[in-house]
Amino acid sequence: MMTTQEIENPLIKFLLHLGDNALIMGHRNSEWCGHGPILEQDIALTNIALDQIGQARNFYQYAAKLILESSGEQLTEDSLAYLRDSWDFKNCLLVELPNGHWGRTVLKQLIVSAYQFCVYQELEKNADKQLAAIASKSLKEITYHFRWSSEWVIRLGDGTSESTQKMKDALDAIWPYTNEWTNFSDYELNILGDSHLTIRENFEEKLGAVLSEAGLTAPTIAFSQDGGKKGNHTEHLGYILAEMQFLQRAYPNAAW
Amino acid sequence: MQHGKTEKCMNDLEKKIWQLLEKITDPEIPVLSIIDLGIIRSVKVNHTSTDTPHEVLIWYTPTYSACPAVDMINTDILVSLTVAGFTNIRLEQTLFPAWTTDWMSESGKEKLKKYGIAAPIGKSCENIALADLKIACPQCGSIQTILVSEFSSTACKALYKCNTCLEPFDYFKCH
Ligand SMILES: [Zn+2]
Repeated sequence: MMTTQEIENPLIKFLLHLGDNALIMGHRNSEWCGHGPILEQDIALTNIALDQIGQARNFYQYAAKLILESSGEQLTEDSLAYLRDSWDFKNCLLVELPNGHWGRTVLKQLIVSAYQFCVYQELEKNADKQLAAIASKSLKEITYHFRWSSEWVIRLGDGTSESTQKMKDALDAIWPYTNEWTNFSDYELNILGDSHLTIRENFEEKLGAVLSEAGLTAPTIAFSQDGGKKGNHTEHLGYILAEMQFLQRAYPNAAW
Repeated sequence: MQHGKTEKCMNDLEKKIWQLLEKITDPEIPVLSIIDLGIIRSVKVNHTSTDTPHEVLIWYTPTYSACPAVDMINTDILVSLTVAGFTNIRLEQTLFPAWTTDWMSESGKEKLKKYGIAAPIGKSCENIALADLKIACPQCGSIQTILVSEFSSTACKALYKCNTCLEPFDYFKCH
């Protein structure tokens, strides 16, 4: 089994973090494939999943290139996705949480899309050309994801008494996992510099505007869950990896 | 021929390669060539010595990050150029500037419409919400159309329904 835990380079760690967020979110979204409430929305979420996995590929490809240059170790986008164990993943905990019902799924998507939008918007200006290019390309796709999830959260939050109650409950359950996004780690701060303040401000504003239009109030909580960025995950990630990595573990280098 | 950055001084071999690329189509929208789509950024042919074969370098930009057509298109390019006698071909992906529907050729937009897909309207930088756009039905031309889903059979298209002829249709989103 390979590990990327000894890597110290902040850019590589940040790339893995961004790639892991996108990959695990994409994998969770893909669980809805064939189970969406109506065909059009099933297809919409599957398309979002595909965008996320495509973005993960770009981050992993770049990380693999930098790892090769710095340590000579031959990794690929596939080995980064399929051959690392959970403590090696740097995604935020929210993306690994189970989808729950449709309302909870679109709420998760909204938070992730709002964050991805704000961080890519700043990374687009980063001095590292390849990171800026991936961010710029991803940003166009995230714009659709954000709009789509906003519309759903507003429709359900500002909907019937039953849908409103379900959205309130979902928000209560998910909210402790929101702070982690803007609770920046050392490697993020190293790359983002002062722009982390802009990201935090924009994220709160962007998310807050949609919640308010949906008639939802963010709960006030005294604690928040984190650790994902350092590799401390919920038990859910292990189950995701067991399913996602099974084939490559059981049949190394299998291809079709 | 229209592609974002036109190569100014093309030699005969480069011209020949552009012509070959014009014949390669998008596997998901077979009426569009990859030139119509605007994904080929540049073509360069280097010839260092008479003993070595010409080196062909093609830069392309994928449409969407996860566009499944990319691998197929790459294979088609390699096959087409190999058949034409080129042996040293390099395909390089460039993500910046990000692909935009602004690079799609006018003839490409016309072909899309004939094929039954509404072509992207406006420039990508205008970033108008789909719900605020009036998309004409490619079947009957009516603008009495309604957005069904922002995502359709592929990420690059949205699904609409025409209230006049009642047919569903795809709109190639401005991106
Ligand atoms: Zn019509």
